[in-house]
Amino acid sequence: MRKKEFDSIDWEPKIIGFLCKWCSYAGADLAGSSRLIYPPSINIIRVPCTSRIKPHFVVKAFATGIDGVLISGCHPGSCHYVNGNYKARRRFSVLRRLIEFMGIDPRRLQMSWVSASEGFKWADVVRKATEEIRQLGPNRLFIEGET
Amino acid sequence: MNIARTVDVDKVVKAAKSYRGVVHALKYKYLCSKPGQNLIKKWIEEEKIDRIVVAACSPTLHEVTFRGVVEASGINFYACEIANIREQCSWVHEDMEKATKKAIKIVNTAIEKVRLDEALTPISVPVTKRALVIGGGISGIQAALDVANSGYEVVLVEKKSSIGGHMAQLSETFPTLDCSQCILTPRMVEISQHPRVKIRTCSEVTKASGYIGNFKIEVRARPRYINEEVCDGCGECADVCPVEIPNEWEMNLTTKKAISIPFPQAVPLTYEIDMDHCIECYKCVEVCGKRRAINFSQKESYITEEVGAIILATGYDPYSLEKGQEYGYGKNMDVIDGLTFERILSASGPTHGEVRRPSDGKIPKEIVFIQCVRSRNQEKGVPYCSKICCMYTAKHALLYKQKVPNGQAYVFYIDIRAGGKGYEEFVQRTMEEYGAIYLRGRVSKVFKEGDKMIVWGEDTLTSRKVEIAADLVVLATAIVPSQGVRELADSLRLNIDEYGFLSEAHAKLRPVESLTAGYYLAGCAQAPRDIAETVAQASGAASKVIALFSGDFLYKEPTTVTIEEGLCMGCGVCVEICPYDALALNPEKGTVDVIEVLCEGCGACVSSCICRAIQMKNLTDRQIFEMIEVIGRN
Repeated sequence: MRKKEFDSIDWEPKIIGFLCKWCSYAGADLAGSSRLIYPPSINIIRVPCTSRIKPHFVVKAFATGIDGVLISGCHPGSCHYVNGNYKARRRFSVLRRLIEFMGIDPRRLQMSWVSASEGFKWADVVRKATEEIRQLGPNRLFIEGET
Repeated sequence: MNIARTVDVDKVVKAAKSYRGVVHALKYKYLCSKPGQNLIKKWIEEEKIDRIVVAACSPTLHEVTFRGVVEASGINFYACEIANIREQCSWVHEDMEKATKKAIKIVNTAIEKVRLDEALTPISVPVTKRALVIGGGISGIQAALDVANSGYEVVLVEKKSSIGGHMAQLSETFPTLDCSQCILTPRMVEISQHPRVKIRTCSEVTKASGYIGNFKIEVRARPRYINEEVCDGCGECADVCPVEIPNEWEMNLTTKKAISIPFPQAVPLTYEIDMDHCIECYKCVEVCGKRRAINFSQKESYITEEVGAIILATGYDPYSLEKGQEYGYGKNMDVIDGLTFERILSASGPTHGEVRRPSDGKIPKEIVFIQCVRSRNQEKGVPYCSKICCMYTAKHALLYKQKVPNGQAYVFYIDIRAGGKGYEEFVQRTMEEYGAIYLRGRVSKVFKEGDKMIVWGEDTLTSRKVEIAADLVVLATAIVPSQGVRELADSLRLNIDEYGFLSEAHAKLRPVESLTAGYYLAGCAQAPRDIAETVAQASGAASKVIALFSGDFLYKEPTTVTIEEGLCMGCGVCVEICPYDALALNPEKGTVDVIEVLCEGCGACVSSCICRAIQMKNLTDRQIFEMIEVIGRN
């Protein structure tokens, strides 16, 4: 089933976006009101701050069969909660190595800074992430019977 | 409706109906309308529904509307979640089938979340009814006066030694030609005498902590080496001071002493010593004598102010042109910017209002104005329109002709933007009554020949090359956010746009509020604008503050964190991580306590806790796990 999915040309990767509500979520809303078209690969979970994102969420996402995870928050220095995005960034770099160790291509986990006024950037980030993860194909690590 | 273009709403409804726990699902065109709201009420009351999901536009728009409806129907305010299937689905996707599939997932994640949401009560906190205004230009003055006149205390912080801002430098104002200082200084006097306004000049805001209603602001005051309470502004000290330095306030057209005030109506009328240039001859101390206003041992100091709301009125700076890079500006003394020309036109300026050019004091007989210098210029400047230049250039040309009747003004422009009451008529007057020649096109080069400036340009309406031998060239330079705003925005955790202007909460409907609660915007801090608009916006910001202060309590989001004592081992990692000091070790119990009024709900502590003892209300790990599973499912 998954194999077939991948072979078809319009295979769309499944991506989860964890977006902070102050910057990136508002940026994604702006992309909407500006009618910027991007692939429907991403589903967004709104969090107050990127620092709320536990490593567990990312691992859980991959275990559930998600093909890519995108974390997006305020630009460095403009976190609504003083420095939450820095905490998230540190966690992210460690986590990227951890998933690599687990056998997941680290490019499946991405992070971006998108502010509330960057609708264009958001659309672009999703397009690029989708393309990159599409190239990697489906995440099969947690599928029974496959190694 | 605008959702249905790319999302098959009937399919979404069908899918929702069959989802676990869902009793009712229905399509409705305008759920935010009164009948739509009544429908929700009816269901809740008749079918004993205890939580709902609204699949519609972004939660930033109608979350509060629907939560209000839910609350009015007798269930908890937080028992309602919004599935954003418009801004983040139908408006950004084209493929109907895929968009519909995604919309179903969005609805399902919202269902999973709302299923586990608990009933919460907003946290009430007292409001400190005192406002801080940052910036003492016309916008800051207006905002501070409005708040103070409503009965509340105001602290006005200004980094320069006097309030007044750029408006104090202007000659006349368009379109009525009122003398700028004459209409500004009464406001300055009013604010300086106001019993509820504390003006702190030579001061800057360095740090802010707290939240709406309860901010603690650190203000750094640099030493001016003069005691503000004692100095009466007599000016004897400046008379004896032997050091002459360029006068920035006069756009370097003249000099000032190392001990100076920027202009005679300065508020406060207190001198300041420029320590970079002072030679410490102490002649000023001598002449001040027994009054002892001069104090060379003054040090930098820090003051903490407690306020409930903050108005940002940080204003603008003219674009600083690099030397010699634009039409010979900086190399050629007779190529000046608009603000410098204001000082030349001003009756209080270095030429007492006579139009004389800086190089040799000659009255210019031909003068060229160039519009959009670095504005609307993607490559070399800023892409936006600076908004005020069309009007002030028309004013410049008109005033010049009034003062030099046999002179000729030329204006090179791209378009004339004169949107405003009486503005278009004013530009027409400049052209027709005062004979200013408007040439549509850019200037390619300005170079010196003898004592003339040769201007090469193009008149695109007649497609001919134009050469003008001018005596003076005035550049209408772009305006940019004032220096230091980026650092200020960083320390106050405010959003700025790509040019450094402060971002408003909503471009159309919340233009005077920042996205961060408790901060309000006035004047050019947000975008280029003229005096009339600045004053209107300042009053708008002030009215928001007054509304905030009209109640004794504020209600804070209760989506804070809780600690399960049985799981907490008291390691204190979360205490270190919390940016708000909202967590504290309880030595008796050996666990951590949450101080709820301080918690802002960022969740950084939740993800730092290795014992999983901390959870966030209505965004628990379990809720996020459930949402992830929904998205992962096929």
